[in-house]
Amino acid sequence: MSAFPRVIPVLLVSDGYLVKPLKFKGDQYIGDPINAVRIFNEKQVDELVICDIDASVKGTGVNYTLIEEIASEAFMPVGYGGGVTSAEEAQRITGIGVEKVVLNSAAITRPESITEISDALGASSTVVSIDAKKKLTGGWDTYIRRASKSTGLSPAEAALRAQQLGAGEILVSSIDRESTSTGYDLKLIESVSSAVTVPVIALGGAASFDDFRLALDSGASAVAAGSMFVLNGKHRAVLISYPTPAQVRSLAERG
Amino acid sequence: MTVSVISYGLGNLGSVVNMLKRVGAESRLVSTPEEVLASDRLLLPGIGAFDTGMRLLDEQGLTPAIKEFAASGKPVFGICLGMQLLLDSSEEGEAAGLGLIPGRSLRFDEVPGVRVPHMGWSFVEPTREDSLVAELPDESRFYFVHSYRVVPDNPAHTLGITQYGGPFASMIRSDNVMGAQYHPEKSHDFGKRILRNFAAL
Repeated sequence: MSAFPRVIPVLLVSDGYLVKPLKFKGDQYIGDPINAVRIFNEKQVDELVICDIDASVKGTGVNYTLIEEIASEAFMPVGYGGGVTSAEEAQRITGIGVEKVVLNSAAITRPESITEISDALGASSTVVSIDAKKKLTGGWDTYIRRASKSTGLSPAEAALRAQQLGAGEILVSSIDRESTSTGYDLKLIESVSSAVTVPVIALGGAASFDDFRLALDSGASAVAAGSMFVLNGKHRAVLISYPTPAQVRSLAERG
Repeated sequence: MTVSVISYGLGNLGSVVNMLKRVGAESRLVSTPEEVLASDRLLLPGIGAFDTGMRLLDEQGLTPAIKEFAASGKPVFGICLGMQLLLDSSEEGEAAGLGLIPGRSLRFDEVPGVRVPHMGWSFVEPTREDSLVAELPDESRFYFVHSYRVVPDNPAHTLGITQYGGPFASMIRSDNVMGAQYHPEKSHDFGKRILRNFAAL
């Protein structure tokens, strides 16, 4: 018996508001992030990831006020991403009461930041997020800055390099699938999970519990979703939901 | 009663303080031997390496103060690495621990299906009735992140058991000294119950 596979809502914040983009574009306004954290807390979610999607693109930096508000309402593990580039920032964030720091653009533009942060916080608090987009020629390319800049690295290469530099967990997102509710890109999950030994969190495209099972069967240690937990139906109405503890536990008994 | 949270440069103090506040317990951060000795109850958090933890406690002169406090019979609660520091030693390092509960920490064996670190939610099953686990519902689950597990010399010091590739002691207690391997401050209502119980000891 191991730990239960974690089911993780991912919340995206832009200008202080909770938003839901489609394929990394065109934000839909969802509401107040703190209120969403409060609801997820009541639903006793396994873990939460919150990413400020403007922080590194617009250069607004880390929003400490937001992190403080979130930490005071979140009695579960929380990962924060957005504009984190140094061990100093990472320590200030975890000191407020957030367990994990998620690195995306900085993991590529300044790879040594992974090591610095991992040395300061420990590997299990250092998450590297990899945004992957399918190539016309097959395979995937890793993108940064909200899918606007290609890095020329495959997600498996980027993940392995991140692990070697000290990342304790990899969050792999499919740009093509985000908010499409068409299921995870299972080949992508398999490709990244088989390249590293640290836990891999799958994100992008989940629409059902079956999608979670498929991702776990493809090598993911944890499953994450955005739309599935904050939007409902084809009109994408806002409705925060989360499976029951019994449902989450049932994921351990698959296969 | 006030919970003194030991601040020694390791651990997520913000989370612990937030959770204590939520359960209605007063808390304060303590970082000197005098403050430790003037406390009603001590909470020792900690994330990171065993030797680093002991070195930081030593540098602040806290090691003898914590031992003296524990000898007075007042409650001491170690969380995660903080619990491992309560024992004599660890396979992770060379340093001597606080030695408040006989035993040591060993690394999990990496076997198929058991990834190290153990990260995520697992059940904790109390081995006996105890004030620290009072009113804990059945199937209580807690959030763990660790690569080492404690092995108390005296099995009677095990207060809770968790399965991860086999059973291990996820809670320990010897009189007024107790520990939890998981993070109660990040374990929803289950963790609130534990911290509320500790604050009421």
